[in-house]
Amino acid sequence: MVDMAVVEMSRLQFALTALYHFLFVPLTLGLSFMLVIMESVYVMTGKAVWRDATRFWGKLFGINFVLGVATGITMEFQFGTNWAYYSHYVGDIFGAPLAIEGLMAFFLEATFVGLMFFGWDKLTRLGHLFVTFMVAIGSNFSALWILVANGWMQNPVGSRFNPETMRMEITSFMDVLMNPVAQAKFVHTVSAGYVTGAVFVLGVSSWYLLKGRFRPIARRSFVVAASFGLLSAFSVVVLGDESGYALTDNQKMKLASIEAMWETEPAPAGLTLFGIPDMEQQVTHFEIRVPAVLGLIATRSFTGEVTGIRELVDISKVRIQRGILAYDAVERLKLDRNDVAAREQFEQHRLDLGYGLLLKRFVADPRQATEADIEKAAWGTVPNVPVLFWLFRGMAGLGFFFIAFFGTAFLLASRRRFEARWFQKAAVATIPLPWIAIQCGWILAEYGRQPWSVEGALPTFLAPSSLTLTQIWITIAGFTIAYGILAVIMVRLMVQAIRHGPGQSVESGPAAGEPRARGGFVPLPAE
Amino acid sequence: MPIPFDYETLRLVWWLLLGVLLIGFALTDGFDLGVAAVLPFVARTDEERRLVINSIGATWEGNQVWFILGGGAIFAAWPHVYAISFSGFYLAMFLVLMALILRPVGFKYRSKKADPKWRARWDWALFIGGFVPALVFGVAVGNVLEGVPFRLDDDLRATFEGSFFDLFTPFTLLAGLLSVAMLVLHGAGWLSLKIEHGPVLDRARRFGFLAGGLSILLFALGGVLVSILDMGVHVPPGIDPNGPSNPLHHPAVAAPGAWLENYARYPWMLIAPVLGFAGPVLAMLGIHRRWDVGVFLGSSLGVLGIISTVGLSMFPVILPSSIDAASSLTVWNASSSHMTLWVMLLATIIFLPLVLLYTAWVYRVLFGRVTTEDVRSSADYY
Repeated sequence: MVDMAVVEMSRLQFALTALYHFLFVPLTLGLSFMLVIMESVYVMTGKAVWRDATRFWGKLFGINFVLGVATGITMEFQFGTNWAYYSHYVGDIFGAPLAIEGLMAFFLEATFVGLMFFGWDKLTRLGHLFVTFMVAIGSNFSALWILVANGWMQNPVGSRFNPETMRMEITSFMDVLMNPVAQAKFVHTVSAGYVTGAVFVLGVSSWYLLKGRFRPIARRSFVVAASFGLLSAFSVVVLGDESGYALTDNQKMKLASIEAMWETEPAPAGLTLFGIPDMEQQVTHFEIRVPAVLGLIATRSFTGEVTGIRELVDISKVRIQRGILAYDAVERLKLDRNDVAAREQFEQHRLDLGYGLLLKRFVADPRQATEADIEKAAWGTVPNVPVLFWLFRGMAGLGFFFIAFFGTAFLLASRRRFEARWFQKAAVATIPLPWIAIQCGWILAEYGRQPWSVEGALPTFLAPSSLTLTQIWITIAGFTIAYGILAVIMVRLMVQAIRHGPGQSVESGPAAGEPRARGGFVPLPAE
Repeated sequence: MPIPFDYETLRLVWWLLLGVLLIGFALTDGFDLGVAAVLPFVARTDEERRLVINSIGATWEGNQVWFILGGGAIFAAWPHVYAISFSGFYLAMFLVLMALILRPVGFKYRSKKADPKWRARWDWALFIGGFVPALVFGVAVGNVLEGVPFRLDDDLRATFEGSFFDLFTPFTLLAGLLSVAMLVLHGAGWLSLKIEHGPVLDRARRFGFLAGGLSILLFALGGVLVSILDMGVHVPPGIDPNGPSNPLHHPAVAAPGAWLENYARYPWMLIAPVLGFAGPVLAMLGIHRRWDVGVFLGSSLGVLGIISTVGLSMFPVILPSSIDAASSLTVWNASSSHMTLWVMLLATIIFLPLVLLYTAWVYRVLFGRVTTEDVRSSADYY
């Protein structure tokens, strides 16, 4: 039987390291494109102030970027170290986007990022802009591939279980790539990164304006952040990934849990604005509902039905029963690869194999499961409703706040009213909010997928490595201490760099406005 | 689209590509590790240390992607190998990750403060970030040669015997030291090309010369131990190289001495160990004759030869089990599906040349020796 403590600790470690990694990634995604915007203006106008702005934000970008890289190494190897059975079971599909991410994205961003910092005096203006642009698209491509991988865990298209190799294998790479859940998630995630970058730049610029320091750079950065942020805030909300939730049973379960919708209601379903979901009694107290809106958002139609939790549990029960038959067929095929009857039984029920595996939590051989086991396993497919309900409202509420926030900033900027102190203070206070929204979003996506590691295919409790609790404790303690120390150092350096401001670079660089088109590369003086 | 190559060919290609990636990592990021491992010893003053750090400061990050891509490619092409080696070497992997995490931060944060204590601490962090991975990678390779204590059940779930400390045997420690010596030599090779002539380079040369001698000695000793120690797994004839990837379908058998069989069967393979010796010899000659390009060329050939020797000796075995030879992973039973191997090959054919092209461009832009003058005057340097 499965040691649930190992499972829970492995999940804890993954959650800690992934959430920590994603403190740095969104700022990289957003700032990199803002650097491209600012440097483009510098290349087009030739005004040194834009160059100084680019270099200053580039410095802050660098302090953040290295921690994204450092913690990203852990992510790439963690599937193998802590989720070995997962890696075996789905590596045929899941490994490919990770490898392509390395080939197509990591190489691009990592090869050029050094030149971005070291190449100011070695490249033409246009050459350096090209390098900055490569860093930006490299980071964003990396998000694309990682979300193709994550999207497949939420909606495992283009693959099937092969009893000969005891794992999922790819049937169509295009389906994996074009997975609608992955596409929606990609746009949603990078937009959230852009919002983060914009909030950061706007907040820091407002702080300078509030203190009356570095006005020329602060004002210009304010304008860039306000416009870039407004577009991104619209994008993150409008292109939110709720549309993907209507696709599959588990995604439906996630949607129903987010909305605490216990019963299926006639289309189009209403949206719950507020309420207190009660898992025990399976009701939501003090509900405030807007009719029809949820049905419209989730199914993009007036007639599409949004399925409720109880009905989804009933569907799970049926699928578990069929899953037992699929499991039985796989076991018989292990004994005799040429058993035709077993092969036929497998083909008939293979899509429900994962549901059969859910029973392994309660009974070693799912074929021995009782009605009570099946009932427990079926209810086990319901995630923690109140947690999802509130996480979603936290995230979506902040999303709408960002639209209002950047809308205001944009209005102020377009009227040249940078001196509105109330807004400057609000902008500084807003800096941490995108991180909160993003962490809510990731917990929603991953915690909401439970009990599945790969929805409908592999339950989470079967996915970890064969490790001891001591081993996992050592690594959790190690990561916590190391990451904690690095976080403190990073925040201190960031604050120091912000306090110091962009002043220095003007003095140390060549005289302002001097044309830098030296053509080609200039080798360092030899010996 | 029909797949133009059969499964056997693609498995062979991906075995080769696995080698290309590991050697690519050792050739590029390898010198970064080597440079970091000698940093506190070849460079004494702050200016000297900055000279050394900035010789790799702009490019180490791109080099490290070879390592990350290696992880990703093993995951995609050899999922069994990825799952079993990484979870089997759990705490060793953790050590490597911890050490590697210090590197990006060390490079970037070290010179953000003038405080000498702050800088000294980061210098040691960079040293750990170079020395520990170099050592542990070698120990891991030693363990792969000796066999990893894992067993597969009929769900193909792996379980392990033994503890973290069992990873360290005389043979695996020797492999670890060989790895350190080889990469320190390679680091000295890089410094010979990339920093100005002066006291730092002189010290680096002395370290390189010593490391070159040690490489030769340890590599020879390793060869002797492989032939006398009880290790090796043999794949019996008659297995289907196009069969499904399931180790239990066509099990390997324990066969002490199997790691030397290939050289009798395919004598051309001897070129790898020959290079493993000739490379360090050339590098040492280069140091002696003050021929800088020769040092780097020699250390590169040494890296190529030594790593190829390990791969060729074991072929077609990739990850042998020391407690249950039948669970051993080979080229014919541990790969991804036919289609995944093909899709990944396409991606590699498209992107790897691009990567090489822009990496070459970046090195060209940064061409030339780093000087004390640069370090003093430029605001962009670490």
